[in-house]
Amino acid sequence: MTINGWIQIALFCAVVLALARPLGGYMTRVFTGERTFLSPVLAPVERGLYRVAGINSAQEQHWLAYALSMLAFHVLGFLALYALLRVQAVLPFNPDGQSAVAPDLAFNTSTSFVTNTNWQSYGGETTMSYLTQMLGLTHQNFLSAATGIALAVALVRGFSRASAKTVGSFWVDLTRTTLYVLLPLCMVLTLFYVWQGIPQTLGGAVEATTLEGAKQTIAVGPVASQVAIKMLGTNGGGFFNVNAAHPFENPTALSNFVQILSIFAIGAAMTNVFGRMVGDERQGWAILSAMGVLFLAGTAVVYWAESAGSPVLNSFGLTGGNMEGKEVRFGIVASALFAAVTTAASCGAVNAMHDSFTALGGMIPMINMQLGEIIVGGVGAGLYGILVFVIVTIFVAGLMVGRTPEYLGKKIEGREVKMAMLAILCLPLMMLGFTALATVVAAGLAGPANAGPHGFSEILYAFTSAAANNGSAFGGLTANTAFYNTTLGIGMLFGRFFVIVPALAIAGSLAAKKTVPASAGTFPTHGGLFVGLLVGVILIVGGLTFFPALALGPIVEHLAGGLGQTYPVGG
Amino acid sequence: MLNQLRPALVLLIALTAITGLAYPLAMTGIAGVIFPAKAGGSLIERDGRVVGSSLIGQSFTSERYFQGRPSATSAADPTDATKTVPAPYNAANSSGSNLGPTSAALAERVKADVAARQAENPGRPVPVDLVTTSGSGLDPDVSPDAALFQVPRVAKARNLSENRVRSLVEAQVQGRLLGILGEPRVNMLALNLALDGLSPK
Repeated sequence: MTINGWIQIALFCAVVLALARPLGGYMTRVFTGERTFLSPVLAPVERGLYRVAGINSAQEQHWLAYALSMLAFHVLGFLALYALLRVQAVLPFNPDGQSAVAPDLAFNTSTSFVTNTNWQSYGGETTMSYLTQMLGLTHQNFLSAATGIALAVALVRGFSRASAKTVGSFWVDLTRTTLYVLLPLCMVLTLFYVWQGIPQTLGGAVEATTLEGAKQTIAVGPVASQVAIKMLGTNGGGFFNVNAAHPFENPTALSNFVQILSIFAIGAAMTNVFGRMVGDERQGWAILSAMGVLFLAGTAVVYWAESAGSPVLNSFGLTGGNMEGKEVRFGIVASALFAAVTTAASCGAVNAMHDSFTALGGMIPMINMQLGEIIVGGVGAGLYGILVFVIVTIFVAGLMVGRTPEYLGKKIEGREVKMAMLAILCLPLMMLGFTALATVVAAGLAGPANAGPHGFSEILYAFTSAAANNGSAFGGLTANTAFYNTTLGIGMLFGRFFVIVPALAIAGSLAAKKTVPASAGTFPTHGGLFVGLLVGVILIVGGLTFFPALALGPIVEHLAGGLGQTYPVGG
Repeated sequence: MLNQLRPALVLLIALTAITGLAYPLAMTGIAGVIFPAKAGGSLIERDGRVVGSSLIGQSFTSERYFQGRPSATSAADPTDATKTVPAPYNAANSSGSNLGPTSAALAERVKADVAARQAENPGRPVPVDLVTTSGSGLDPDVSPDAALFQVPRVAKARNLSENRVRSLVEAQVQGRLLGILGEPRVNMLALNLALDGLSPK
């Protein structure tokens, strides 16, 4: 660990904090339907869309209708993407002649992009046509991100309204988020990325003759426009197989810095949106503080572990940390920071191979995801994820003093706590259940590339990533098989919708409640005590479930590696 | 459910057209005008032929060139399409090794590479990036240490003075951005092109 490394981390945190308030202010105006500086251009487009779609923008929806709209939109989006993948071979914008995608992979990929997971069982440059990358994947990157944000806003309305029947209009939230927030930011980011060296072309792969006279085929494509949204929308699905480790997806230290910033930008700003909409910005800062504590702790561990390196390799006289699977331009610190950010948010892009991280360095990304990606989290998803934990925290605090818990003037009762626990319990069921299954059936055991505890970690990481809708991987796992494509796809669906629907139910139930004025007995939720309690509940309720599984994987591997133990495949 | 279908269908089609076609195509057009070279992949030409991209590493195996990091990329086996064979710096199929910290295969590979590098330049510690594969398999850079490590071999193979080669390397070192972001590095293709441009002495 170096001073420069800590400065890079501190600079990152400072810029995220500095952006949260201005971006939060802008987004609040968008979600409350106010005019913004982009309205002169975008308002006519927006009105046109509503007219053709038959949407009355003033008409709000009950939470059930909101959920149905969201589901209908997803079903259609899924079918359209599946169809596109199956027929891409005969469609235009396919200069490198990619063939149709197999049914199980098409199912997995459609699910993956529709649920904002962007798990990739395939290598982009060897599988997807340019048309698929743009029309199928870039477009779902926008819409799954916009959906996450819309849902979070609906939940926030639940907190901020009293005796209301509705939580907003899904169609309006979706459209405004896409047009006013995601699209303009992505246009700026795309040009920035091209300036840094990311290609943006419809031409096919380039043939080069290297200095030593060999042929080198260099895959290019409309990369920058996809990278912009994959980071900003915390999607994470790469244009190329190795994602943001590829020099064409992340060419410089500056492009890297802006990419991790854009992963956190909207998620952090959403806490400010929350504070503003409930009328007390301190409530947003308290939540962001809890996220910050968990984030810094995790980042410090990854940075320390990767700087210390692998004892096995260090025994050959190497110093300078663990560089296997990392790029020189990023080095240890920017790779460690990226890994912590991408799994804290539900991004899943990687700029280094997590599979080759040290045992503990690879464990933190898993924990970040297993906690439910509530550390800043996916755009929108992070906010509704942590609000679910807030409800449990308030409930626990209420139990301690023996009075009905309340949050922001809303009484938290049985229904909310039940829904919150349903959302929280879905993740371990998917992650641990499928991991257990994969370790006992032959089709599951065929997957890992590494032997010993690391092979177990590869499986655990995959199902963790899928259910958490992250999409990053211990890439050695051969996941493009019928078994993994199907089970991971199911994990993604449950991990997305069994959190979303209970969160919306909470929104509806809260919106309908009266607001009770704060009294002397009200637990203040903007101070250090609340932040500490929230962090504790997240770690105990969300994290402890996974300790036995982590002990079998990364923890055993860490201890074995310290003794110089290695595992040959098939040995 | 039916009353949900019209807005769902219309918004899906309209937003697909905006974000999936209009946005990437407009960006392609604009980027192609403002940054034509970069949008096309930062290609480098020598004598009218494309020799590579300044951002993409390429395989250097000759003693006469500075060599980049080991690469874990592969290609389809020409004799059996269901298998793959190692193909370092295959820029049509990026890949890392994905070997974990307790992998015996990784330990053996690194041990052998360390021994080979030590034989090349005895007495000097082997830089870690020179014996580890990158995440992409296409890393265009090595650390300044890893480039300087190879100076004696390259100077000998080219019959140049070590000082001259060393100053060439030092001139190619790119520092951190603003002294803060990223890590110091040397682009292998740029260095080797400069090396080819040196007049013999």
